[in-house]
Amino acid sequence: MDLIRSHVMVCGGTGCTSSNSAAVIAEFEKLLAEKGLDKEVKVVRTGCFGLCAAGPICIVYPEGSFYSHVKVEDVSRIVDEHLIKGRIVKDLLYKGALEEDKETVKSLDNVDFYKKQKRVALRNCGVIDPENIEEYIAFDGYQALGKCLTEMTREEVIDVILKSGLRGRGGAGFPTGLKWKFAAASESDKKYVCCNADEGDPGAFMDRSVLEGDPHAVIEAMAIAAYAIGADQGYVYCRAEYPIAVKRLQIAIKQAREYGLLGKNIFGTDFSFDMDVRLGAGAFVCGEETALMTSIEGKRGEPRPRPPFPAVKGLFGKPTLLNNVETYANIPQIINKGAEWFCSMGTEKSKGTKVFALGGKINNTGLVEVPMGTTLREIIYDIGGGCPNGKKFKAAQTGGPSGGCIPASELDIPIDYDNLLSIGSMMGSGGMIVMDEDNCMVDIARFFLDFTVDESCGKCAPCRIGTRRMLEILERIVDGKGQDGDIEKLEELAHTIKATAMCGLGQSAPNPVLSTIKYYRHEYEAHIYEKRCPAGQCKALLNYVIDPAKCKGCTLCARKCPANCISGKVKEPHVIDTSKCLKCGACMDNCKFGAISKG
Amino acid sequence: MKSLAELQAIRNRMMDRVNMRKDDNIDTRVVVGMATCGIAAGARPVMLEFVEELKKRGLENVTVAQTGCIGMCRLEPMVEVYVKDQEKVTYVHMTPEKVARVVNDHIVNGRPVEEYTIGAQG
Repeated sequence: MDLIRSHVMVCGGTGCTSSNSAAVIAEFEKLLAEKGLDKEVKVVRTGCFGLCAAGPICIVYPEGSFYSHVKVEDVSRIVDEHLIKGRIVKDLLYKGALEEDKETVKSLDNVDFYKKQKRVALRNCGVIDPENIEEYIAFDGYQALGKCLTEMTREEVIDVILKSGLRGRGGAGFPTGLKWKFAAASESDKKYVCCNADEGDPGAFMDRSVLEGDPHAVIEAMAIAAYAIGADQGYVYCRAEYPIAVKRLQIAIKQAREYGLLGKNIFGTDFSFDMDVRLGAGAFVCGEETALMTSIEGKRGEPRPRPPFPAVKGLFGKPTLLNNVETYANIPQIINKGAEWFCSMGTEKSKGTKVFALGGKINNTGLVEVPMGTTLREIIYDIGGGCPNGKKFKAAQTGGPSGGCIPASELDIPIDYDNLLSIGSMMGSGGMIVMDEDNCMVDIARFFLDFTVDESCGKCAPCRIGTRRMLEILERIVDGKGQDGDIEKLEELAHTIKATAMCGLGQSAPNPVLSTIKYYRHEYEAHIYEKRCPAGQCKALLNYVIDPAKCKGCTLCARKCPANCISGKVKEPHVIDTSKCLKCGACMDNCKFGAISKG
Repeated sequence: MKSLAELQAIRNRMMDRVNMRKDDNIDTRVVVGMATCGIAAGARPVMLEFVEELKKRGLENVTVAQTGCIGMCRLEPMVEVYVKDQEKVTYVHMTPEKVARVVNDHIVNGRPVEEYTIGAQG
């Protein structure tokens, strides 16, 4: 144990686990033991490295060699060549980790994907073993809690958070310090600290990755928050769909209790704090703060009107502080390094960094953390590597079902809370879904609305009935049955719902529709008036046609057609019977002469 | 956890186990030639001795790495020591017994052990 000379870090996040990293870890352990190297090489299962597209990922220290797409059968080469002979297996390295000469190995910070990133909330993800509290402590863990309890007053702690300018990372961007101040000011015999880990936005997974890669950071931050507001009990509300995150968090809580970092008289002071995990049952609305607390209380997860705000009357009717996972992950470092350090990153009104989950039509699918104020262009092209297959970037959807689309014309806008709002989107939790020229914006709006209609809890009429009426109109449009006046009706409904729905879910549900109408009204109009889908996505508006001049009569399309709707004689141009066509595109994919087009 | 000192003790104890993952505070690299020639000549015990010796002295800013064949197989086991901002020093015909002196004289006190270096081979 004392002779460890090399660390093999293998990603154990959800992304890499689903591409079989557990088997890779087992193979490493087996081969190292067989070769008698298990006493000098340590295999560590870490959290997410961010570059999920290249998973399973494995980094070997001290060299910092970045292996990607590691398969079980690759392990023996890494062990034989790298770990025994010290020769980096260059053809297994992530291709972006090599210089252009394909020989020189770049250091990790110089890999394009990481170069522009600044990892604060994710600083320990991929670096420590999340199931070992001592590794967290070695990376300055629990120092901040110790500092708060022994050297700072409650007011001083809140003051640092206020001065840091940290804003809620869950979406709305409310100043965190102010929230703490309100909760601290409420008089009560009992107060609670909660963590919102019910990350429900399609495409967002940064909270999951923090919990999987650095669970102690959240525990430490919640303890600091509890000290600041005067609470002694905490709850993390995590969705049950995150089994790895829940397991690691539970292990972390258990270890923190064993080390006396949770429990009574922490650091020998009179401060006592303990916490538990509560699992969500898969309702999107439970990410809304009042619904979340109602759910923790054991009741049906429905929101209630505010005020009273949770800081006054929250969980079990007591003053409650509720922050998001990523917000908490920033806290210990702000305490350790100071408010000025945090303020030095970001824009005037949005300080620090933000984690985005890049998904959709992008080469480097994964998790990126950048300083606020980074432009969308840098995220999509420099870090994300652009759209695959040379397609043209069309829009990025941020903020999930509550957000909106950012069109290509706004690529150079510095991303922060206020700028995103001004162009009709929002920060949201940080999901960023990239769309290329093949995506139909009307269909995207329909997709998100379909999601919110499904997830509406049904308590208030604007959300329950209004969003459904909007969805019906959108479905009509993509079906080729749109009518004159539909766009105006959508806008009217959208504004009414935004103004009257009870909680954030309903108030923000129309955003994807409004923002796509704002930037892509011509696509809506093409669907409605010309019965045409410019992106070629909406099946009802599509027709496949064979160009008789190009068709050689090879009969391949006719043989591939599952509906048998293509006819023609050998060596003569074929014809598609559009009344029977399923619009599956099999004919076009298979045609060797490029004779089939859709439009 | 009853005091900050207790936390600090865990931190210090763990430091050298995770230190190699923080590349910013590494200023010396010990690279052992571990190709077939090196291994055959006995490079493994030399490397393990380095790890052991560094650990014993609590030197956190030094890493031990391996490399392939440097090309002079007859001089194996070979060890190269890279101190930040200095010329590398190449030691040849290393043995576990020689390691303690290299660590003490060169890595700790900054005086390369001339008689073990490749230059002393004449």
